[in-house]
Amino acid sequence: MTQEFAVDDRQGWLSLMASADEAKLTRLWQDYGASPEFQWLRAPEAGGVMVRGRMGGSGAPFNLGEMTVTRCALTLEDGTVGHGYVQGRSKAKAEIVAKIDALMQTPVADDLRSRVLTPLAQARQAAKTARAAKAAATKVEFFTLVRGED
Amino acid sequence: MYVAVKGGERAIENAHAWLAEERRGDTSVAELSLSQIREQLSLAVNRVMAEGSLYDPDLAALAIKQSRGDLIEAIFLIRAYRTTLPRFGATLPVETGEMACDRRISATFKDAPGGQVLGPTFDYTHRLLDFKLAADGELPEAPTAEPRQEPTPHITEFLQGEDIIQREPVSEETPGDLTREPMQFPSNRPLRLQSLTRGDEGFVLGMAYSTQRGYARNHAFVGELRIGRCAVEMEIPELGFAIEIGEIELTECETVNQFTGSKTEPPQFTRGYGLVFGQSERKSISMALVDRALRWEELGEDNLGAAAQDEEFVLSHCDNIQATGFLEHIKLPHYVDFQSELELVRKLRREAEERTSEQLGAIAAQEAAE
Repeated sequence: MTQEFAVDDRQGWLSLMASADEAKLTRLWQDYGASPEFQWLRAPEAGGVMVRGRMGGSGAPFNLGEMTVTRCALTLEDGTVGHGYVQGRSKAKAEIVAKIDALMQTPVADDLRSRVLTPLAQARQAAKTARAAKAAATKVEFFTLVRGED
Repeated sequence: MYVAVKGGERAIENAHAWLAEERRGDTSVAELSLSQIREQLSLAVNRVMAEGSLYDPDLAALAIKQSRGDLIEAIFLIRAYRTTLPRFGATLPVETGEMACDRRISATFKDAPGGQVLGPTFDYTHRLLDFKLAADGELPEAPTAEPRQEPTPHITEFLQGEDIIQREPVSEETPGDLTREPMQFPSNRPLRLQSLTRGDEGFVLGMAYSTQRGYARNHAFVGELRIGRCAVEMEIPELGFAIEIGEIELTECETVNQFTGSKTEPPQFTRGYGLVFGQSERKSISMALVDRALRWEELGEDNLGAAAQDEEFVLSHCDNIQATGFLEHIKLPHYVDFQSELELVRKLRREAEERTSEQLGAIAAQEAAE
């Protein structure tokens, strides 16, 4: 199966981490073992964003309801800026994401990618595939009963 | 008239302490954890998220625990919490056509591309109590099959090719937000949909049912019903591009309604739309029916005087927190109001007793007429 969650650009890794399982992300980050010096540009804060839908699935937008999001921003000692935007209210998770985002812009990127982001992407893909496989097993196969001749 | 009174502090404190004890119940029974509620009462969690208008399963689970399973109380807690959150902005509209579907059925097209996928449904169960659940039981794994790789297209797209179904006007206009500005009537479809998706499931169901029973002719088929997960994207100003900020479960229903045409519209199929947080099938079908009924004016249909066609009636009464607040306030102390009413009734009685029986009869007739 193709790797759906691309982690080779910033948009890709931030998107992957935003809804990643917090326990798994934390474990991978701890195993990676980095604790970079940093300063907060914006300390983690929880808030809401208004989720929009489209009328009829394809028309003009309408407001569906809010979801919780936590965000933060920090800068490493060399000045690299990292942003964390995560679903939910975990400040710890947002902090990890911001640190990884910053480090991914430094020479350790390849190592970090292979030890944290790739396993995370694989886990997400596996979870998605497992659900899709269960859904596929509930697909209806119709068969036609004997029809009367006209 | 409102008069401040003091007193009752100790009674209130003690009542709340007892409430906490009753909430916990028999301490020889294991306490519920939030993750148990989130995972095992997930449809209750979904309802609290949808009507609380805040997608956060952990918070919804906490609210359900705190409210002892009273879902409207839980929704109240979520609504109150929601107002404390700073608003970071709005997302891009979720693209439900790219949903990873757990369930996708159509009552109108048997051979829809992507097929009829039942998903984890209560449909076709026999609604018999399953006493196996009363005992701890190991579950067999659900069977699997080759997963579908590509997104599942919306079924109405196929009808659109024939131009036989009303098209959704495409626009990127910023929709009004009823959490920021109070509803005013007449409203518009985006506001109606926002109001309905957070409206009380029972109320919206009742309204939808009334349209099926003939109050506003509105014969709907479920063109498509899908449940699954959608990525939520938002533009991040400091980054200069959009990222996925999360993934949410949604239920979407599109109804197809026969329409014989009006002065302004040719005969075609028209649409009703429901989109609700979580797995909320009954609610999203109901929402679609009520959405369709409320579109009578734009389609040039007759106002049949049905409740479901009256947006002021529907939207002013579908919010269970507003309704509960007003309904339940009458149980709070109204001693002074009542005292004055008591005085009035006593006075009227005294006067009445002084009159003759003929006069009494005349007053009663007048009151009955009123």
